Parts: sequence; structure tokens; C-alpha cells
Amino acid sequence: MDTLTKTKSSAKAKKTVRMAGAAAVVQSLIAEGVDLMFGYPGGAIMPVYDELYKSQDKINHVLVRHEEGATHAAQGYARASGRVGVCIATSGPGATNLVTGIADAMIDSTPMVCITGQVPKHLLGSDAFQECDIIGITMPVTKWNYQITEAAEIPEIFAKAFYIAKSGRPGPVVIDITKNAQFDDLDFVYEKCTKVGSYVARPTVNQEQVEAAAELINEAKRPYILFGQGIILSGAEAELTDLVEKTGIPAAWTIMGLSAMPTDHPLNVGMLGMHGNYGPNIMTNECDVLIAIGMRFDDRVTGNLAKYAKQAKVIHIEIDPAEIDKNVKTEVAVLGDAKDVLKALLPLVNKNTHTDWHKRFKECDKLEYEKVIQKETEPTEGALTMGEAIRGVNELTNGDAIIVTDVGQHQMIACRYAHFNSTKSNITSGGLGTMGFCLPAAIGAKMGAPERDVIAVVGDGGIQMTIQELGVILQTGVNIKILLLNNEFLGMVRQWQQLFFDKRYASTEMVNPDFQLLAQAYGIKAKRVSERADLSDALKEMMEHEGSFFLEVMVGKENNVFPMVPSGAGVGDIRLE
Amino acid sequence: MKKTFTLSVFTDNKAGLLHRVTTGFTKRSINIESLTVSESEVAGIHRYTIVVNLEEAQVKKLVTALEKQIEVHKAFYHGEENIVYQEIALYKIPSGVITHGGLAEKIVRQHGARMLAAEPEFTVIEKTGYQNEIEALYKELEPFRILEFVRSGRVAITKPMKELKEYLEELELAAGN
Repeated sequence: MDTLTKTKSSAKAKKTVRMAGAAAVVQSLIAEGVDLMFGYPGGAIMPVYDELYKSQDKINHVLVRHEEGATHAAQGYARASGRVGVCIATSGPGATNLVTGIADAMIDSTPMVCITGQVPKHLLGSDAFQECDIIGITMPVTKWNYQITEAAEIPEIFAKAFYIAKSGRPGPVVIDITKNAQFDDLDFVYEKCTKVGSYVARPTVNQEQVEAAAELINEAKRPYILFGQGIILSGAEAELTDLVEKTGIPAAWTIMGLSAMPTDHPLNVGMLGMHGNYGPNIMTNECDVLIAIGMRFDDRVTGNLAKYAKQAKVIHIEIDPAEIDKNVKTEVAVLGDAKDVLKALLPLVNKNTHTDWHKRFKECDKLEYEKVIQKETEPTEGALTMGEAIRGVNELTNGDAIIVTDVGQHQMIACRYAHFNSTKSNITSGGLGTMGFCLPAAIGAKMGAPERDVIAVVGDGGIQMTIQELGVILQTGVNIKILLLNNEFLGMVRQWQQLFFDKRYASTEMVNPDFQLLAQAYGIKAKRVSERADLSDALKEMMEHEGSFFLEVMVGKENNVFPMVPSGAGVGDIRLE
Repeated sequence: MKKTFTLSVFTDNKAGLLHRVTTGFTKRSINIESLTVSESEVAGIHRYTIVVNLEEAQVKKLVTALEKQIEVHKAFYHGEENIVYQEIALYKIPSGVITHGGLAEKIVRQHGARMLAAEPEFTVIEKTGYQNEIEALYKELEPFRILEFVRSGRVAITKPMKELKEYLEELELAAGN
């Protein structure tokens, strides 16, 4: 059983090179194909920075303005490119500043490797300058973490870290490296990791479970597919479309599943959840078979579980065994990578159209359009709305841009109304709901997909949480379009205060700086719009501008996001107004 | 309905793993009734024996979440009927009560306990058994003045016959895919 505790290795046969630990860190990164990372230097990580300096031709290090920015940029990079995001910081405060982004990556299953410096081994536990137990702190929010105290451990631990971050259900990994391990020499040889102990990254699909799922699907009168980010993470976009088209089953996406299918696909019925579309929520309690693929029945999707899809037989296709039966009891659970499972499932399902069932979604759509969508996206009077700004974006991008959002009302509006033609086009903080995510994530996304337009849709609250990252735009010249939807409120909290706390607006009104001046101070062209007549020209100017652009749109101060499943209510109780 | 469950969690033997295992409990606000860590019959694999009072649905989720940790190889939960278990307790009492009168000595014999150490000033009594047996002896010794008392966490052997080794071999095979 000795092999259980070791990474599979045939490294002995390879030739080794003598080098310092810090050089081994950089060589390990290069061996993993890393060519871009985000970080902030400091005392305990300086040897690694010195080596990065020497390897600038191979690895581009982007200097952020706060370590949290490095994590979100790495997340944006990972989500746009499908690769592992890498960030680096020093010990103590440098490391603790990463924690929010690590927790965000954990709950949103984003592959990320975070490297932190640590005080020398002989000082561990002595409360040395900038010492902090980052392994202890990040234990609950990492897929794996490890403290390297000997230089010789570096290649094997880096190989494990990248394998664990990327494989299975992806997630963040922290590698903490004591300063002595960076200085000391080792015999370096790099072997990629393909297996760690008993960790089953990609479960073998059980054919019997697939057959049971197919049988339920084929017998269903009103089947309904819910899909999440698992489709994107496993690269199962084509298989999902094939399944939906063959079976004619209506399919709804979670926020994290956005863009896994084109928005305008006729079988894509829209968004689930608290501020999702009307039909997708209502029909959850009308379907007879619910097929959940690569999603985890988050409480913002299900509302009150006691009133959630009680009539339906549930099929759950999921790679993480801990998600099966966690929130919703399944009839058939198919454990596996979404792509593997869908491939096995496709030949077993019957062709169908489910025309009458689709009509019921369409009826809901009509109602939602009349009560909500028209007013939000095509208003003719009153203050500007967030929805019409997003509609304007759609008209200019035709759905080809990456939309990065922060957290709050603008996020819900952007997720509801933005058009997506291709996968990996929606980058948002779904699970943790991290305000401040958008700006650095957009910078990372652009660097991960330089050929694509990246639009950062952000609120006036969230942008001020990481606004210092405008400095990265100044320094790198990265081209992102910042669309600030400014309602001079912490809008989502204010909406809840209005609806559930008798309009007592406790600490939600914002006195904001002059964002134009701020953007300009960072060398970014800026514009503000408050009149409907000027909106489309301003959006056009933003998109056509060469380089980053900051467009501030003043929107209605007390506009609300609807539909809404009130907290504690069932999805069937979704309110249109 | 809440019941007593005994978890057997098999992990690598590495620094910091106790924290990784217990975060699974902290995160869910689950109280650990007792915890014992030891080697297992497989070299390099440590065994955590953890007792909790939970509903079965909760304990099931807890165990799958624990198994998700990279260094946790396998986790099981068992009800009282599916394990053989014991706890050990040590009682320190003044030696005088043993030598004079002999009542304490009689109690010790009646309870199937034994004298572990006899010093001029104090005597240490050891009792291995179930929690209620350990508590019963405590009550009887109490009048003689218990100077110190300690009870271990539960150690448990499970009744199913499938060996850990087999589970680990299966997992290793699956991990190689």
C-alpha cells in the first residue's frame, strides 16, 4: 500500500539539474505550461520573484495592486481560458489577502494554484515578522494545500498541485513555501502528476446508471434539463446540445452554466434561480423528470427545498459524489464527468419534440416579457435602466463578448439579459457572491482570451472594493470595457430593505467619487451617460475605442430586479412584480 | 431522529490532516463527541474514530464530504449495532482507602477493573468498557475521593468483513483512470 501515499513517478530515469528552490518553482511553472501569473511581491517570496525576473521571456507576471486582485484575475483568466489560474503573494498579509479569492474559487470550482511565501522553517511558530498560518487559514477553502519546508519537495508538490487543481471537480490549491526552501538547492527533475493516492478524479461511468437515466428520460412526459458549470468544466457543450436536440427537452441554465449553450438556441428556456426567468422556475414544479447536469442545487436555485420539484423524479449527473443527494434526493444518480456521461447517454435516449410541453414555457415567457422584460430592456420614459444598457451591449457585440460581472442587481440583470453565442463567455462570482470580483476578473479574462472583447459590467459598490486594479490597466495597457451601472446605492441590499425591511435603507446609499476623474487619473478614457438619447452612441464609442474605456451609466436609483423568488419561498412562488 | 454514529476515517499520516478532517465538522457546526487517532492495519494509513450524535442523513453527507478530501482515502459510518467498541478510563484515588478497609478493592474487582499502579500516596485504577460501565464505577469510587479522572475516546472495530485493504485497492484502481 506504500504507493497510496506517493505520486506515481518514474522520475528516477530522468536527468536532474542542480538549482535553487526558487528556480525550481519557476521551472515547475514553466513545465506546467504557465506563461502568465498575477501577484504582488514581498519579503518572504523575494527569491521566487528574483527567478521570475530572470524568466520574463517565459512567464509574464502581472503586478496587481492588492493580492485579492491577483486571485480574481487568476479566476477570470482560468474561466476564460480553461487553464489553471496562477497567483503569487508573500507571507502574512500577502497570503491572508488571497483568502476571499480562494474561497470564491472553491465554491465556483475554479482551477487555481496560489503560491505564498513563508518565513524560514526555523522561525515557524515563533510569530516572526509577517508570519501567518496560511495553511491553517485556507484549510476549509482549498481543494488541497501544502507547506513546502524543504527545497527537494518542490517539483513533486507543484505537479500534484496542478493535477489536483485541474482534475475532477476543479478548485484552488495553496502551496506555501518557506524561505529556506526557496534558497536551498535541490536536484531538479519534473514529472507531471497523473494520479494522487486514492483520489478518483474522473469516476468510471456506470452503464447501469446511465441506462436507468435513459429509461426515465424516455418515459417522461414533461422532462426538463437543468445544467450548470459542469458542462463548461468538462467541455460537454456539444454533447449537451446534441442531447437537447435529439430529445427535444427544454433546458435551463444556472448562473454558472450561462453560455454553455447559445442564448438563442430554441431549446434553451433561460435562467434558473431567485432572479431567473419565470418559466424555468415555475416549470421546475410542473415537470415529471428533472435532469440535473453538472449543477449542485444551490439554495439560490432551489429556493425552499420543501417546495422544490416534489412531483419530479430527479436524475443527477455529477462528478462530485458529495453533491449527490446533498440538497435534492435523486431517483437516479450518475456519477461522472458530464462529457463522459452525456456521451454514454446520447445513444440510449429516444428522439422526441415535446411540443406541448414547450408551449407552456412559451406562455410563461410571454407573461414575463409583458410584466418585466419589456419595461426593463425597452423603456421609453423615466430613468435609464440596467436592462437597456445590457440590451445596447448585445446589439453591439451580437453576443460574442465575454461578460464579466460583479455581485448585485447589475449582475442579475446582466446574467438575465446578456446574449451569449459561445462558451466561457460568462464570468461572475456565483457561489460566494464576492463584491469586487469583476474588475480584476475582467483583466484576467482578457489576458486569458486576448482575441475576445471583454466587458466588465459592474456596480458602484463593487467597483470601489477593488478599484485600485485600474492601476493594472494603466501599467499593462490591457483593453477591457468597464460598464459601470451606477444607481448610487448598494442596490440589491436596498431592494431587500424596500421589500422586507419597510424601506429602512440602512447604510446602502452611496456618496460616490467622480468616477470620470478617477478613470482618467489612471489614463483610461471615460464617459458618463444619464440620458436615454445618448446611451447607444456612448456604448458604441466604448466598444470602438482602441484600449480600455470607462462608461458610467446613471440608472434609476430605486429600480428593482424582477422576477424574484423571495427568500424562504418555493420556486413556484416566484413574483413578477 | 438523532442517533449515535461512529465514523472510521482512513487518511494519510501527514501534519495538518487533523485540521482538514475537523473542518468538515466545523463547517457544518457538528459537535464531535469523541475522537481517537491511531495507526490502522495498513502501513501509512491512519484511522480516525469519531463519535457523533446526528441524523443518518446528516452523517451520510458528512462522510461523503470527508471522503472528498484528497488525503482521506475512505470514510465509513456505523450505528451501534454494527461495531464492537470500548473506551478506557483511569481513576486516581488515595492509596489509603485501598489498604484500609478493602472496600474500594472489592468494588474494583466487582466492576472488572484493575489496579494499574500502586504508589504510597495514590493508586490508579483502569477500567475498559462502555461509557455507562465507566460511569458506574466512577459513582462507586466517588465517596473515596477521586483525585483525577480521564476517559479515552471510543475505539471501534466494525463488523462488516470487507478489509480496508480491499477498499484501498479498488480506489487505487479507480484513481488510475
